Amino acid sequence: MSHEGLHEPAELLGEGTRNLHRALVSLIEELEAIDWYQQRADACSDPALKAVLLHNRNEEVEHGTMTLEWLRRNDATFDKFLRRYLFKDADIIAIEEAADEEEAVEPSVEKQDQKNDGSLGIRSLRGPV
Amino acid sequence: MDLLKRELAPILPPAFAAIDGEAARVLKLNLAGRRIVDFRGPHGWELAAVNTGRMAKLSEELDPAVHVGVRQAQPLVELRVPIRLPIAELDSIARGAPDPDLRPVVAAAEKLAHVEDSAIFNGLPAAGIEGIIPASPHHVHKLPPDVTHLPRAILTARETLRQAGVSGPYALVLDAAYTAQVLAAAEDGYPLAKRLTDQVLDGPLIRAEAIEGGVLLSVRGGDYELTVGQDLSIGYAAHDPHVVELYLTESFTFRVLEAVAAVRMAR
Repeated sequence: MSHEGLHEPAELLGEGTRNLHRALVSLIEELEAIDWYQQRADACSDPALKAVLLHNRNEEVEHGTMTLEWLRRNDATFDKFLRRYLFKDADIIAIEEAADEEEAVEPSVEKQDQKNDGSLGIRSLRGPV
Repeated sequence: MDLLKRELAPILPPAFAAIDGEAARVLKLNLAGRRIVDFRGPHGWELAAVNTGRMAKLSEELDPAVHVGVRQAQPLVELRVPIRLPIAELDSIARGAPDPDLRPVVAAAEKLAHVEDSAIFNGLPAAGIEGIIPASPHHVHKLPPDVTHLPRAILTARETLRQAGVSGPYALVLDAAYTAQVLAAAEDGYPLAKRLTDQVLDGPLIRAEAIEGGVLLSVRGGDYELTVGQDLSIGYAAHDPHVVELYLTESFTFRVLEAVAAVRMAR
């Protein structure tokens, strides 16, 4: 159950943190399942079973991605870094170094957003529910 | 340079940062709709309309054998509130003044937040925006004059939503005066507002200047959609030797996807 693994008493945690915990635990489980299916498919000697295992592995990739998108929509820091690194062709470390240089000049998230579209970076004000 | 033309303003970076910071602070304090509706975007200035998926049949027949349908789209509205600031006051920020007079920025941010929220809650028919409250098909529930009776009123309104198949969590949006009463009220020393959010709503209690009375609505998602083209931004319009004119702007539209997800509560 998702409340298992809480490191602090549940009554001290806000609903937003509890939902974030549920999503993070779900993502961990999906990633573990991908790893398991991948290894089992690799070791499997029966072609039909191997196909099923790979199909299941790919389903877990989809589930993990859906959970990751929920995290992006509900956590500003996930959103910031996923926007920075995903779907880019440049060298990953080079992206980080370029971002560090920019942040040295303009450190705030709001200013990062402003660099993108000139806006104040308000976007959604909806908290996790 | 983009459409905001900020590079043309005779404003130093520290002063622009102070203006942006003050505008963002006031907007976040006042915007109510963005706390409860789904947010799509920002898509930039280029987005002109949202696809509704609907089509209207053209009454005029070009050829009896050909049916002609016109795709229906909901256009975005563009808001713009002018901000006039003395250049000398802005220059004082670059000299290290900790208390710049940015009241015109505050006023513009409050005004724009009010208009966006009014479109979301009350609608803007000329722009094809229906609004959460006018769209609700449910009978209007009573907002009790005595705020200590509010939990019972909310539970009754919740039951209306439940019967319509609308699940929670639920948010209660109240006008400024009623919110003030709720925040000041206590039951046996326990704050009423805390009881509402923890035990009655399962969701937030939100203050909205733009509405009269209140509205209880589901925040499960998928019912209300704010689509933003250019998100809230400050642009440059003009200047003379003494005054610079900026503006606060955004482009957006709002759609009610599930009208039954809200119940109006009136005094």
